[in-house]
Amino acid sequence: MSAFLHMGGYAVFVWSAYGLAALTLIGLTVATVVSLKRASAELADLEALAPARRRRRRPAAPAAEEE
Amino acid sequence: MADASLAPNPSGGFWHGLANPARFQRLSSRLLPFLVIATIGFFLSGLYFGLIASPIDYQQKDTVRIMYVHVPAAWLAMASYSTLAVAGFVVLVWRHPLADVAGAAAAPIGAAFTFLALATGAIWGQPTWGTWWVWDARLTSVLILFFLFLGYIAIRNAFDERERAAKAAAILALVGAVNLPIIKFSVEWWNTLHQPASVTRLGAPAMHPDMLRPLLLMAAAYLCLFAVLLLLRMRLELARRRIEAMQIARAGAAEA
Repeated sequence: MSAFLHMGGYAVFVWSAYGLAALTLIGLTVATVVSLKRASAELADLEALAPARRRRRRPAAPAAEEE
Repeated sequence: MADASLAPNPSGGFWHGLANPARFQRLSSRLLPFLVIATIGFFLSGLYFGLIASPIDYQQKDTVRIMYVHVPAAWLAMASYSTLAVAGFVVLVWRHPLADVAGAAAAPIGAAFTFLALATGAIWGQPTWGTWWVWDARLTSVLILFFLFLGYIAIRNAFDERERAAKAAAILALVGAVNLPIIKFSVEWWNTLHQPASVTRLGAPAMHPDMLRPLLLMAAAYLCLFAVLLLLRMRLELARRRIEAMQIARAGAAEA
């Protein structure tokens, strides 16, 4: 196990490269998922506020209710 | 006025209205679970063979393992840019809005892969070449690729009008595509410190199967991750556009 971590004396290089790869790829994935969740929630809120969008025949009163 | 959310203004209406995302959403929902499982599977097997079950190089010793995170990053950086270029072509020729969404989604992923290729390359360069960085053709052209991704993202944010932003970004993506063959052939056209290709060449790859295996597994993992991120970021971009359209519609309804 320690030989594995030691990487034949190149531990600093090997592990920093793998660490950076993990950090970059996991970081981008987490950032993407979090932004998508946030945007989806915001969109759901907006759609709940404006139900008239789908039913064009009815008056668009709820859509006009700005805070 | 109630349908204003679908057509906030005459030019925006095309982009918001024609980008019918329903089909894309259905298709991506079906694909994502498989892609996520494939990504995890390829990463686990790639890391096992890359870090444990593969021999050291007789010259590079254990630093050869950096190849398994470095080379796929460089491949995917170029694949990401190819996505931008193809998306740009489709935007300019067929004006398909989903292509613009794909371009917007691929750019940050490509920037991340390019950054990773450059950074892991520097970490690999120090023990093998004795230097973190050298201005040779390969390294310089990949650095330019990184700036092209940043430029693409910047140009997109520089325009208020979606259609103009899409066009300008598409043109940049296509013009910048000349850099792709330059990167690919830089190691042959110029005398570079960077080694020439040992996998993608005519005839058999100049690499032992025990090293080729983790390399290809990690490449598959990176590719699947790219697909996952692309689909998720396309959904994100579509959601953002929808939010924007609805906010414009609400503002319009409030004024009326």
